[in-house]
Amino acid sequence: MAATTGKTRPNITQNEKLLFELSTPGKRGYQLPPMDVPEADPAETLGAGNVRDEIRDFPEVSEVEVIRHFTRLSTWNYGIDLGLFPLGSCTMKYNPRVNETVARTEGLAWAHPYQPESLSQGAMEIVATLECMLGEIFGMDAVTLQPAAGAHGEFTGIMMVREYLASKGNPRKKVLAPDSAHGTNPATAIIAGYEVANIRSNERGMIDLESLAAAIDEDVAALMVTNPNTVGVFEQDIAKICGMLHGKGAQVYMDGANMNALVGIARPGDFGIDVMHSNLHKTFSTPHGGGGPGAGAVGVRSHLEPFLPAPRVKLADGRWTWDYARPQSIGRVRAFYGNFGVLVRALAYILAHGGEGLKKATVDALLTANYVRARLEKRFKIAYDAPSMHECVFSDTLQEARGVRTGDVAKRLIDYGFHPYTVSFPLIVHGSMMIEPTETEPKQELDAFCDAMLAIADEIESNPEIVLNAPHNTRTPRVDEVRAARKPKVRWQRE
Amino acid sequence: MAALRYLPNSDQDRAEMLAACGLASLEQLYSHLPAEALIERPLVLKPGISEYEIVDYFKRRGAECGAGYASFLGAGVYRHYRPVMCDVVVSRGEFLTSYTPYQAEMAQGTLTTIFEFQTMVSQLTGMEVANASMYDGSTAVPEAALMAMRITGRDRCLVARTVHPEYREVLHTQARNARVHVETFGYDTRTGQIGLAELERLIDARTACVIVQSPNFFGSIEDLKAVADLAHKHGALLVDVFTEAVALGLLAPPECADIVVGELQSFAISPSYGGPYAGIIATKEKFIRQIPGRLVGETVDAGGNRAFCLTLSTREQHIRREKATSNICTNQALIALMATVFMSVYGKAGLRELAMQNHSKARYLADGLDRRFTAPFFNEFVVRAKSPEAVNKALLEKKIVGGLALGRFYPELEDSMLLCATEMSAKAAMDTVKEALS
Repeated sequence: MAATTGKTRPNITQNEKLLFELSTPGKRGYQLPPMDVPEADPAETLGAGNVRDEIRDFPEVSEVEVIRHFTRLSTWNYGIDLGLFPLGSCTMKYNPRVNETVARTEGLAWAHPYQPESLSQGAMEIVATLECMLGEIFGMDAVTLQPAAGAHGEFTGIMMVREYLASKGNPRKKVLAPDSAHGTNPATAIIAGYEVANIRSNERGMIDLESLAAAIDEDVAALMVTNPNTVGVFEQDIAKICGMLHGKGAQVYMDGANMNALVGIARPGDFGIDVMHSNLHKTFSTPHGGGGPGAGAVGVRSHLEPFLPAPRVKLADGRWTWDYARPQSIGRVRAFYGNFGVLVRALAYILAHGGEGLKKATVDALLTANYVRARLEKRFKIAYDAPSMHECVFSDTLQEARGVRTGDVAKRLIDYGFHPYTVSFPLIVHGSMMIEPTETEPKQELDAFCDAMLAIADEIESNPEIVLNAPHNTRTPRVDEVRAARKPKVRWQRE
Repeated sequence: MAALRYLPNSDQDRAEMLAACGLASLEQLYSHLPAEALIERPLVLKPGISEYEIVDYFKRRGAECGAGYASFLGAGVYRHYRPVMCDVVVSRGEFLTSYTPYQAEMAQGTLTTIFEFQTMVSQLTGMEVANASMYDGSTAVPEAALMAMRITGRDRCLVARTVHPEYREVLHTQARNARVHVETFGYDTRTGQIGLAELERLIDARTACVIVQSPNFFGSIEDLKAVADLAHKHGALLVDVFTEAVALGLLAPPECADIVVGELQSFAISPSYGGPYAGIIATKEKFIRQIPGRLVGETVDAGGNRAFCLTLSTREQHIRREKATSNICTNQALIALMATVFMSVYGKAGLRELAMQNHSKARYLADGLDRRFTAPFFNEFVVRAKSPEAVNKALLEKKIVGGLALGRFYPELEDSMLLCATEMSAKAAMDTVKEALS
């Protein structure tokens, strides 16, 4: 009889080769209908030099082997559908299945971006409706849905800041980012042609106003701020901070990765933010899918509206139309109109909740995070005493005394049946453990998670080895990441 | 209230959790926020609705979007049959609801499929390294340009006018950062291929890369070898772009390019009014440390078994911050998985047969029409039409969406349209289009 650890019990899993190793010449998993036109002779129509030989080592497998292959691989994965996924800053909430259904609605799924506007009214209305609703939620005057992801939204926002400042005569040189910022923020600033200056956080986990004041000068284009910030704390001085930047003619960009803490409670537009993005695959429940697709809606105050990416959807004579006549626009950041299928899912999420429901979800997200904090803070050191919003961040200092670090606790959590929290981020917290449960976790699951964390804390006292060598119950024990990077092998090749 | 169906806690649960937090009310969870940040009124949004009403809302929007029309639009987005298997696989919660595979021990499913994806993209493109996917084809272009700039230490990018116009617009937006310099070169008005002589005049010692598309926006297949030779002679890289991935089943792979970027929408990804899609970026082994985005590599686990993990993350923003190769933090894993299943279902023989059907249908459609350019084409080509708008209007009445009128992107081609045929183009509909154009 196998032992139960937390929510898990080891079970048999299937081994599975790579498709290329399964492959057998002559096997096929498809059948095309007979052609109703004559077959071309490519050597003649394309020129022999333009025609390829066979695609060497491309798979040859049957339909049965395809479904078994991918189903077996799927059992090696973990997802929200299996349980709590407390990755801080990632907002791994339940992905409503109806959203998958509606994204596959025939007229929407088969709509070509260049089909006539007269045949696209429904799709355009979805874009316009979502823009309008997000504008209300953000407290922003206009929203673009063109960016394909959060980091892409950051780029869009900072490029708008650049064009706006350039229109005033000087695009300026620097972007400020707190040392707690997501790595995408400084990387974005560079891609947008700026230098980056880091701002220190204070002992409360918030932006240090003195450091900020010292850094603001006429060269600063913008501050990129995450609020609540990456330690899960609301920047209490945010209105003052915005005023400080505005006073020197600079803009304030908000990374809305943590918007799930604010919907229906506070609006960035109201507390002074000029431009922000929100990851629709976080706050608005569209699936992460193992790392995308996402969507990064960007909201702006009216002074930045002329700089939004083109085209913009607008109503003319009672019909939706794409407006390309946007002379001050930064241009396109992506072909067509954005990740439309993701937008459909986000709109379905908002429609399901309505205004009151969205606020209720936010409050529950705050409640679950604070509940986890309350249950764990006797055994794990909370990084900052300030009140937590939708996530709580601990430091591993108590565990480090026994030689166990955040990454080890994370691996041991897997044995208990949970995906780990975010490990070692933000960088300002020593051995960070960043936990975001989201509102879609029942108390039973939260309790199981807290029980697991507390059991691990006990193990660290009594038997640290079991934690240091975790995971033990997975089909794959600890993976050697150093070896992978030493001599990278990023494709299969025949021996 | 309908939305309660996604919120699993009862009021009793909430009360217990609040008590554990030492709080008396839910409002106390956010009452510490500064007053000027709090919104005092409810959001102006309609009340939540039921699942049935949601399905009905989107059915009505879909009905306003021309379901049931035949279409001859291509131009970067193609109508191909989607094998049932693709949706079956991506609908599994273990894939759909998982995250970026940072925790390799519980993400071997995603990591293995990405390794297979990278392998198949390498096989198709004739490159040695492919990443885990890009947002889409258009955003892959500036990433390739930035990569070429890092490799060569130069800052000038020459892009062909025959590259998808919207992809070029995305590149021009990137160039607004004042560090990338983009110049465009024209095409041969007879062949519809790039103007090699003009390129030769423009290329210089500051040129980081030459960016061409093949088959290009007009459907014309480019002589990549000639462009590669010219670029390399000047120490520049060749970036090859593709928008129609099915062509790779039949056309010679762009092995002479240094960086290949493209769009995989054709591999089972619904047109979906422009996205989400999945882009690719592939290159030579020697440039691996300059590639942007996620990479999955092979390694072993503590038991000595083969395992996979994200690798070379020291290129990436979450480690390198302002020194990263790119600000990209996600790929398009689920879409890439869809494409991986598609490639598995069709396989070696199927992709070729599919490509042959596309090419044969397009040849049939083009036969007898007044083609604008002479270069060979795969499944898209440009035809003259006195008024493309009038032709399209007439076709629309027969429930056919015609070709793309080119005047909006190329004023000199106001009398031309871009037509595309795929395996889904029926002979009867093609005959109707041919009739309307003759």
